[in-house]
Amino acid sequence: MSSCALPVSTVTPGRVTLKQGGGGKAMRALIEKLFVREFAAMPFNGVGLGAMDDGAAIPIGDQWLVITTDSHVIHPIFFPGGDIGRISVSGTVNDLTMMGVTELLGITCGVILEEGFPLDQLEAIQRSLVDTCVEAGTVVVTGDTKVMGKRELDGIVINTTGIGLAKRVVRDNGLRVGDKLVITGTIGDHGLAVMAARHGLQLEGDLISDVAPINGLIAKALDAIGGGIVAMKDPTRGGLSSSLHEMAQKSGVGIVLEERKVPVTDAVRSAGEILGIDPLVVANEGKAVIGVAPELAEKLVATLREHPLGRNAAIVGTCITERPGSIILDTGFGKRLLAEPDGEPLPRIC
Amino acid sequence: MSELKFRDPAMAKHLAETLVHLMQEIGRPVAVMHVCGSHEQAIAKFGLRSLFPKGLDVIMGPGCPVCVTDVPEVDEGVVLARQGVRIATYGDMLKVPGTVQSLADAQADGAKIDVIYSPSQVVDLARGTDEEIVFFATGFETTAVATAAIVTNDPPKNLSILSAHKYIPPVMEIVSEMPESRVEGFLAAGHAATITGWAVFEPFVERHKVPVVVAGFEPLDILAGVVELVKLIRDNEAKVVNTFPRCVTREGNLPAQELLWRVFRPIGGRWRGIAHVPNGNLRFRDEFANVDARKRFDIDVKSLWDYAPPHLAHQCICGDIMAGIRNPVDCKLFNRECVPENPVGACMVSNEGTCKIWHLYGGVPDLSEIAI
Repeated sequence: MSSCALPVSTVTPGRVTLKQGGGGKAMRALIEKLFVREFAAMPFNGVGLGAMDDGAAIPIGDQWLVITTDSHVIHPIFFPGGDIGRISVSGTVNDLTMMGVTELLGITCGVILEEGFPLDQLEAIQRSLVDTCVEAGTVVVTGDTKVMGKRELDGIVINTTGIGLAKRVVRDNGLRVGDKLVITGTIGDHGLAVMAARHGLQLEGDLISDVAPINGLIAKALDAIGGGIVAMKDPTRGGLSSSLHEMAQKSGVGIVLEERKVPVTDAVRSAGEILGIDPLVVANEGKAVIGVAPELAEKLVATLREHPLGRNAAIVGTCITERPGSIILDTGFGKRLLAEPDGEPLPRIC
Repeated sequence: MSELKFRDPAMAKHLAETLVHLMQEIGRPVAVMHVCGSHEQAIAKFGLRSLFPKGLDVIMGPGCPVCVTDVPEVDEGVVLARQGVRIATYGDMLKVPGTVQSLADAQADGAKIDVIYSPSQVVDLARGTDEEIVFFATGFETTAVATAAIVTNDPPKNLSILSAHKYIPPVMEIVSEMPESRVEGFLAAGHAATITGWAVFEPFVERHKVPVVVAGFEPLDILAGVVELVKLIRDNEAKVVNTFPRCVTREGNLPAQELLWRVFRPIGGRWRGIAHVPNGNLRFRDEFANVDARKRFDIDVKSLWDYAPPHLAHQCICGDIMAGIRNPVDCKLFNRECVPENPVGACMVSNEGTCKIWHLYGGVPDLSEIAI
């Protein structure tokens, strides 16, 4: 056993790494370099690929037609609080919602299965797709199914594409100096619940994914605050940190994030401490971070708190002139710059 | 969402003010060093650096076990993984560059790597399979004791261990003896001292006439430890002070020490970028050859080098950076060949690594002026 059995690829060149799918800087670099450049240069009337937003928006009369697509892979397929079916509907509904969609028109569902996938699991996933659609007030209107050979795929992949209508498109680049940032609830729940389930960490207990469609919650907020909401993003992969970095960079502002105001459950906080993982960098699947005019921030929080999915909403940050593109974390002890997540967070040794 | 006792911001402010007074009394710049990744993690996480007075340099020493794992040690893990052996290791070891590849690169090429967070998981992993499992074990005396515990507890036959464990006290000697060293005092790691006891530092203090303060890991623990250390420097007092008495005793955990030295022997070896550290590496004693991956497998590290010569790693100055002698901008590789996406040295790997921080923020950012 002395020779190298595998061909050596010297570090990154020539191969895609897992890091490039982690939702951070590495992934954005890959997408920008490979996929976006040429399409962004082609003529298109609306918010297109070049904007790298949660979806595309096309002006139709005095409204906007918004389209988004997302492929869902998750291990394990069933986890505390949800499953791949629930995430497939929620993820797409939430991406539409973040663009300002208040009327869902429908979603598509493409399923790729591995030969041998248990039928009872597939039925459970279908149940979940239906239930989540009902919850969000939408419906799957067309679909596609493929089966691939054993080991050509890990279980199941689901792609969903959603379309909806927005009266006003809300972008992720609309922050201005002085605006406040509001988070709609506790953070880190999904990422840590899945990580605990995936690694078999004996921490599950109260770790439950927050996966949910939040179109109802956000519609209520848009209704109450209107144009006072200047930017929105759902902090999925890469967590709140990644979303805030993207918003700050696109908007050309700095953000002071007050760590002690960020809602985190005790279960998430302690799991994060044990694993050395900052809840700020792990995924959420039922939350939004909202940029709002300062004078309307309190009203926004009060409105969100009236909805069951917004009970823990809080003002967590402020946009400043200094250090555009950076997040300054005020820990209550001192301040530091928050590093932009890069690749999947992994449990640390020390 | 309860508040922890050792995370009281008002108390922290008070300690920070004490530090300012002490530094005014001393009236000149002071450099101290901590030798623990967990200390740096807490300092960074809670933004404590922005509380330290300007003249006080708290240097991150060679205390991150991930950072000091030497290139050939990573190579051993990578070669084993590429040979088809399943490797279990701590998550932050994955990205650490070896000569040609990191474990993450090997994984991208198809090697089997399992991320674990506790040595007991490795035992469960091995029990659940017929495959050969190698635990790539890194860390200081604290984690070495945990490794020793699985070794002495009838481990599964298909489990062996690649020990890259290291022992902290000898490296403090090395740093103190560096001629350019500005370090006037050390902050020692509370968890390691829980095992070794604080008396382990007495001979060091005697020899080098610098104070050592044992400190815990909550923000107030660290601030109180630094206050105590600066006080000792002001008073020109070289002694060991234990500011973590809720865990650390003079003698330490004697059964754990007995277990550690029954399983491991200290040998000299390189710490990444630092130097050859006499007695700084922990390797298995002959009685435990049956679990020693180096004995079980023929690990031909040179087989990697056929693909690319180890030229870049030799130019890395991580060691001087960790010793507080040089800055990242003094390195020829910094921000050119060595970037976070493709790190050469360990200081660019970890989020607490000095080079990564300089790469991201163009030096040590001064945030004291920012207010909302």
